[in-house]
Amino acid sequence: MKTQDHAKAAEAFIKDEPRTDWHDETLWFIRTKRDKSVHGIPEWEQLRQWASDIKDHTLSNLSNYLIEFEKNATANGITVHWAQDAKEHNDIILEIARGHNVKRMVKSKSMLTEECHLNPFLMEHGIEVVDTDLGERIVQLRHEPPSHIVLPAIHLKKQDVSETFHEFLHTEKGNNDPQYLAEAARQHLRNKFIESQLSLTGVNFAVAETGGFVVCTNEGNADMGAHAAAVHIACMGIEKIIPKAEHLSIFLRLLARSATGQPITTYSSHFHKPRPGQQMHLVIVDNGRTKQLGRADFKNSLKCIRCAACFNTCPVYRRSGGHSYHSTVAGPIGAILNPNLNMKENADLPFASTLCGSCSNVCPVKIDIHDQLWKWRQEISAEGHVATVKKAGMKGMAFILSRPGLYRFSGKMGRWIMRKMPFLFRNKLNPWYKQREMPKAPAKSFRDWYIKNKKS
Amino acid sequence: MSAREDILKAVAANQPSSKLLPVVDISAVIAYDDVIKQFTTVLESIGGKVISIPDLQSVKEEMATGTQQGKVMVNAIPELGTIDQTLAEATAHQLAAVDTFFTKGIIGVAENGSVWVAESNMLNRLLPFICQHLVLLVEKKNIVATMHHAYQQVDTFSEGFGAFIAGPSKTADIEQSLVIGAHGARSLVVYLL
Amino acid sequence: MRVGLFVPCYIDQFYPQVAVATLQILEKLGCEVVFPLNQTCCGQPMANSGFASLSKGCDANFVKNFTDVDYIVSSSGSCVLHIKEHLHDKNKQQASFIRSHIYELTEFLTDILKVKNIEASFPHKVGLHISCHGQRGLHVSSMTELVAPSFSKPEQLLSMVKGLQLTLPVRPDECCGFGGTFCVFEEAVSVKMGKDRITEHNANEVEYITGIDTSCLMHLEGILKRQGSNVKTIHIAEILNSQLA
Repeated sequence: MKTQDHAKAAEAFIKDEPRTDWHDETLWFIRTKRDKSVHGIPEWEQLRQWASDIKDHTLSNLSNYLIEFEKNATANGITVHWAQDAKEHNDIILEIARGHNVKRMVKSKSMLTEECHLNPFLMEHGIEVVDTDLGERIVQLRHEPPSHIVLPAIHLKKQDVSETFHEFLHTEKGNNDPQYLAEAARQHLRNKFIESQLSLTGVNFAVAETGGFVVCTNEGNADMGAHAAAVHIACMGIEKIIPKAEHLSIFLRLLARSATGQPITTYSSHFHKPRPGQQMHLVIVDNGRTKQLGRADFKNSLKCIRCAACFNTCPVYRRSGGHSYHSTVAGPIGAILNPNLNMKENADLPFASTLCGSCSNVCPVKIDIHDQLWKWRQEISAEGHVATVKKAGMKGMAFILSRPGLYRFSGKMGRWIMRKMPFLFRNKLNPWYKQREMPKAPAKSFRDWYIKNKKS
Repeated sequence: MSAREDILKAVAANQPSSKLLPVVDISAVIAYDDVIKQFTTVLESIGGKVISIPDLQSVKEEMATGTQQGKVMVNAIPELGTIDQTLAEATAHQLAAVDTFFTKGIIGVAENGSVWVAESNMLNRLLPFICQHLVLLVEKKNIVATMHHAYQQVDTFSEGFGAFIAGPSKTADIEQSLVIGAHGARSLVVYLL
Repeated sequence: MRVGLFVPCYIDQFYPQVAVATLQILEKLGCEVVFPLNQTCCGQPMANSGFASLSKGCDANFVKNFTDVDYIVSSSGSCVLHIKEHLHDKNKQQASFIRSHIYELTEFLTDILKVKNIEASFPHKVGLHISCHGQRGLHVSSMTELVAPSFSKPEQLLSMVKGLQLTLPVRPDECCGFGGTFCVFEEAVSVKMGKDRITEHNANEVEYITGIDTSCLMHLEGILKRQGSNVKTIHIAEILNSQLA
C-alpha cells in the first residue's frame, strides 16, 4: 500500500540536499565502474544484442522451455512447484517448511520473495527468516524495505549500519569501520547458516536444457545456506529461463559488469542435483508475469536479468532513492513492471522520468525501457489514472495548439500578461517559479519578426 | 486445473510470435596475447593471489605448516596427500572449524579471474565456502580467454554442483566500502602448475 | 534546396532569436528557407504526458503546413525526435515524407549540408549541454553508455567557431531535468538535476552554456537567474550565427 506518490516522496528525499548529493554520487560512481568495465570489452554491444535475441527467442517459446526445464529438473531429483501468485508461492514454502518442522530459515537475495512479501508471512507462522545478504540483513534489522535490487542498503551510511549493529549485534557504539562491522555480521550470520534447517535462494538463470539453475553472489551466502541446510528451496519467476548452458557464458559476462563493474560475481553457483540426502525444491512463479507477456508493448520488460544498471544511471532514481518508488522493484525497470501488477497504485512511476534514454543504453538485454515508459503513460491516461486537472489542462492545450489563430492569440496574450502582470506567474501557485525565474516574454514572436523582415 | 496447467496455458496463449536464436560467433570476442597474464592481473585486482609453481612441493609445505600450527587443513587433491573421505558426509557444524581447503580447479577464465570447481573435487559442497582460506590448483594449460571458451570446454551440468569462483568472498554493502571476506573464504590463492 | 523551417512553439513565443539565427545560418549556407505561417506545435507536450491521442490536431496541422519542401529543419532535438517517432496523419504519404526528411539543425548542417567551415566568432568560454533527445534519440553525438566510436556533430560545428573555448561537464551526457511536464510535476527532482548540471559547468568557469534544445536551456536559465549567476544560456544556432558576415 503506497503512502505517497513518487513526486512527493522525492521532494521529501531531496530536502536533505547533502545526503541527496551523497546518494547521487555513490550511485554515479557505480555507473562509472560499469563504464570502465564494459569499455574494456570491444564486443560489448554485440554481447548485448546476443543476450537480447536469446531472451526474445526464449519468451517466444517460453511454454516449451518451461516444460523442458521442469522435466529435466525433476529427472535430477528436484521437486518442482508452480505458483500462480504471491499467496500460492508463500503457501508452498510454508508447507515445505512445516513438512520438515522448520523453525529457522536462511534466505539469500531473492527479489521475487520480496515481491511476494514472504518474510512477514513466514514470521506470522512462527518461522524465523534471516536474510543473509549483508545489505538485506541490515535493512531487515531496521524493518525497512531494500531500496535497490542489487545494493539493498545503498541509501544507508556507515553510521546508520553501526547504530543498527550496535542495537542488534552488540557491536561497539560509534564504531563505523566497515571492516569491523562486516566481521561482526560474518560471525553472526555464520551461526545462522550452521543452525539453519532450510535455505531459500533466488535464481539468476534457469537452464532449460539441463534443468539446473545458477545463483550469483559476491558474499557466498547462497552457498553457505544451501549446502548446509537439509532443505533447499529456490524461487524463480517464469522469465528466468534461458535455453542452454552455453548461453550462460553471455549472461554471466554481462551481469556483474552491468551491475557493479566487476567482471563476474565471486560465486556463480550451478545447481543441478540435490546433494545426497538433501531435498531440493524449485518454485516457479507467475504473479502477473503471464499478463505482462501478453502485453505487446511491455513484454520486453520480462527480459530483465535484475542487474540494476538502469537504477545506477537514472538521474531521477539517484536523486529520489528507491523508497520513493514504493515498490519492491524501484528504478526505471520497476516503472515498467509495476503498472502491470496494479496500474492505479503505480500510475505515478512511468512519469518519474524525463525520458532521457540512458537506461535503455545500459540495459544488458536491450530492453526499450524509455520507450515503454512513454507507452505506459498512454495506457495510464487512457485508463483514467491521470489527475483530472492534468487531463483538462492537456485537452485545453491540444485545443489551442492545433488551431493556428488561437495558438497565436493565446501566445500573444500570455506574453502580454507575463509582461504587464508578472505577479500572476511569480507566486507560489506556479510550480515553475518555486526555484526558477520565468523566461522573458518578448513583445514579438518569431512569426511577427518573419512577417516584418522576410515575407515579401 | 492446477496452477501448473493454468500458468502454462497462460504462457502459451500470451507468448509472442517465434523468434530465432541468434548465431553466436566466438571468434568475434576478445582475445588476449597472454591468457595467464590476463588471468593473473584480473584475479589479483579482485583480491585473489596467483602463484606459479613448478610442482606441488610448496603447497605440501604450506599444508604441513598449517597443520603444525594447529589449523584444520583439508585436502581434496589426490596428488597432494591423503583425502579424508568421511568429510563428504560432514555437517556444517563439523566443517565450521576448517581453516584452509585445498582443491583442484578444472579451468580458469582470463577475462574475469574465475576458476571452475566441480563437485567431484569438492569432497563436500560446503568446503569451498565454509573454509576461511581457499587454495585452488589449476593447470596453466587450462586457462582460457573467456566464458565462451570455458563453457565450450566444460559441461558445467555434468555433475550435481559446480561453481565459478572468482577471488575471495566480498561485500560493499556498508557504504560501498569494499570488505574482503564476507561469508565465504577470506582469501583465495590460485596455484598455477 | 528548399528547407521548411519548423519553429517549436516555445521558441516562436519566448526565444524568437533562436529561430532568427537558425533561418539566417541556413540562408547563408545557401538554402532557400520557407517558414510556413500557420505552424503551431509538434504535439510533444501532450504526447509525453500520456495524451498522444490528443495530438491529432497538431499532427494534421503540421502535415498541412510542411508540404512542398525538400527538408524540414528545426532547432530542437526533442521536437524533431517527436515528429520522427510519432507523426501520423490521414495523409500517410506526406507524414512519412516528413518523418524521413526532418532534421535537427546540427545534424542537417553536418550530414546534409556537410559544412566544413563557418565564418563565426564567439570568443567566450562555453559549456556544452548535450540534450538527451537529440543525443540518444537522433544520435547527434555518441553516448558515454555505449561502446562505440566517439563523435559529436554539435562539437564538430562549434570547433569551427573562432575564439570559442569549449568545455564539457564531468558527466558529459547527464540529463538537465527539464523533461517536459516533468519540470512542474516532479519539480524537486527537476530543479535538483538542473542545479547539478550548473554546478558542473561552474567548475569549468563558463560564461555561457549552450545546447541544441532551448527547453533545456530555458530550464537552466531559470535556475541560473534565480541563483543570480552571470552565466548565460545561448542556443547553438546563435553561436554559429554570431558575427556572420
